[in-house]
Amino acid sequence: MYGYAGKVLRVNLKERSWKVEALDVEKAKKYIGGRGLGTKILTEEVSPEVEPLSPENKLIFITGPLSGTPTPTGGRYMVVTKSPLTGTVACSNSGGYWGAELKFSGFDMVIVEDKADVPVYLNIVDDQIEIRDAAHLWGKVVSETTQILEKECAEKAKVLTIGPAGEKLSRLASIMNDYSRAAGRSGVGAVMGSKNLKAIVVKGSQKVQLFNHDQLKEVVSNCTKKIRENGVTGQGLPAYGTAVLVNIINENGVFPTNNFQTAVFDKAEEISGETLAEKYLVKKDPCYRCPIACGRYCKVDDIEGGGPEYETIWAFGSDCGVSDLGAVIKANYWCNEMGLDTISAGATIAAAMELYEKGYIKEDELNGVGLEFGNAEAVIEWTKRMGLRDGLGDKLAEGSYRLAEMYGVPEYSMTVKKQELPAYDPRGIQGHGLQYATSNRGGCHVRGYMISPEILGLPEKLDRFTLEGKALWAKIFQDLTAAIDASGLCLFTSFAMGAQDYADMLNAAVGTDFTAQDVLDAGERIWNIEKLFNLQAGIDPSQDTLPSRLLNEGIPEGPSQGLVHRLSELLPEYYSLRGWDTQGIPTVDRLNKLQISESALTTEEVAAGDK
Amino acid sequence: MSIKVRLFATLRNGRGKELIVDLETNRTPNEVINGLDIPTEDVAILLVNGRDGTLDQLLQDGDTVSIFPPVGGG
Ligand code: SF4
Repeated sequence: MYGYAGKVLRVNLKERSWKVEALDVEKAKKYIGGRGLGTKILTEEVSPEVEPLSPENKLIFITGPLSGTPTPTGGRYMVVTKSPLTGTVACSNSGGYWGAELKFSGFDMVIVEDKADVPVYLNIVDDQIEIRDAAHLWGKVVSETTQILEKECAEKAKVLTIGPAGEKLSRLASIMNDYSRAAGRSGVGAVMGSKNLKAIVVKGSQKVQLFNHDQLKEVVSNCTKKIRENGVTGQGLPAYGTAVLVNIINENGVFPTNNFQTAVFDKAEEISGETLAEKYLVKKDPCYRCPIACGRYCKVDDIEGGGPEYETIWAFGSDCGVSDLGAVIKANYWCNEMGLDTISAGATIAAAMELYEKGYIKEDELNGVGLEFGNAEAVIEWTKRMGLRDGLGDKLAEGSYRLAEMYGVPEYSMTVKKQELPAYDPRGIQGHGLQYATSNRGGCHVRGYMISPEILGLPEKLDRFTLEGKALWAKIFQDLTAAIDASGLCLFTSFAMGAQDYADMLNAAVGTDFTAQDVLDAGERIWNIEKLFNLQAGIDPSQDTLPSRLLNEGIPEGPSQGLVHRLSELLPEYYSLRGWDTQGIPTVDRLNKLQISESALTTEEVAAGDK
Repeated sequence: MSIKVRLFATLRNGRGKELIVDLETNRTPNEVINGLDIPTEDVAILLVNGRDGTLDQLLQDGDTVSIFPPVGGG
């Protein structure tokens, strides 16, 4: 067994029991691991119609075959489950050290089933497994929980935990590891909370076995060289982190401001990566074996911690009209402590601000905290209240879609499939908008980062306003991203590396004989089983769309003035390139080609039935 | 003619954030970066009035040129 650890830990919380199963290696290779294998297992074991916060939903913590190996950025794990935010498949990816440590304990994944009757946590020290009482941790924030567990568990154990937001079943709750790393999106923390599972602590002492040491050494040194020599991964990200995007996205006039009411923020400089580096940066905060080290560690007044990322700065900054970077760092800190997804939390406050501006949310709901755009103190306070479901915070904890729906105006929620869109206005970046609309987990930038070709010019520069070729680019980016996620590496490696590099690493570590095309095919296979799960969950292709504001109202000012997103012109070509029918349903032909036939989803029926 | 030049990230070192440069008519971003001692390979993204620009396009009086070195993603 190479690359994979070879064992699956299956835990039943209701029975307080666990067992070790052998990894199905053939299936693992077909779906690579991580996001791919995790989704495959979810589709086999969980009905797509399951209520996400019920005991019948399962929570899968899964690494890739490259997690815990000497490959660059090989420290990642993913959380796969059905999302309480979107109702789609959820796969939230996190860095730090926890994922590699799980691998060192001898497990590729932990499958969590059912629900404990009282709060518990899971303690893994190699093959010593314990389900322990967590009454003393319930209600505690992430840093305090982590500190307590570091004391009461094995030395140098790695801690993954939810905060109060997950306990209180916020649909925006994240799962945190290593203090400030987040499996952030799609409300996976609420699924963990619904199972009364507070934390998973891991300590491992085993090494991942490699197929060919020398070959891997050579491949890793090649790839690391590419990473160091690439301008983005070798200079830009190490020097400024992701926050350097603030100015570039704003200069292009696609920096969503005041809940996407405009796309230019006149105070962008004050919240930029350059300002962050000058005023608040303490040190870099890299993940396991990462030569890029985009992670930041910042301090303002008496608050310090990991982050903030570009997306976070946008969500609490320009999207809320806030130009106080110190306040953004504090809001980020409280998201990490409460266990909230920073993108969705900030964007939900932005939506609430517009609901207040338009007169839907009334003064008497505010309990003394302002809700007008630009109020820096308010974003900090609302983040805390959201985490604790205090007052109006209780409604915010449901996410912007459900919030706006409560006031009868869901159109003010800037979401796709009920998940908040991230920090790029698709009206001025056509390929990226197609990617938002078709993402299998709803509003998201990391299912196919079209910003790379359309703004950054990597691997080549595309005109961001045009449609030609965008559908094919989006498809290839989506497929490659799925394969990278599945392998256990960080997506940021793809600024410098291509499909062949991932194939080389997998072959040397696992002993596969993948070509670059095989890697892309595996990615496409993953994309299709995600899609099938969503279809069976009732997420029909009419939801492959964008908020009406982005389709119908032109950007009011700036370099992208007057533009709307032209989705209806892009979707047919995209579906056809995917081998799906004109309605956006995968065809039996394409599924057969991708060898998705033995699926527990009875895929043929889905495809045939909906035609 | 007068051109507003906006610099970002490491390009600011020793040059500042924003400059107004006076150029003869019929000049291009090439002349702008030469004048500022910015090596061509340090120009990863070039925008003229917020839209994709090229090093040899003709500039107009009042244009804004934004120049980024290789930067990150997010
Ligand atoms: S590039 Fe950033 S997020 Fe990715 S592994 Fe490195 S430090 Fe972590």
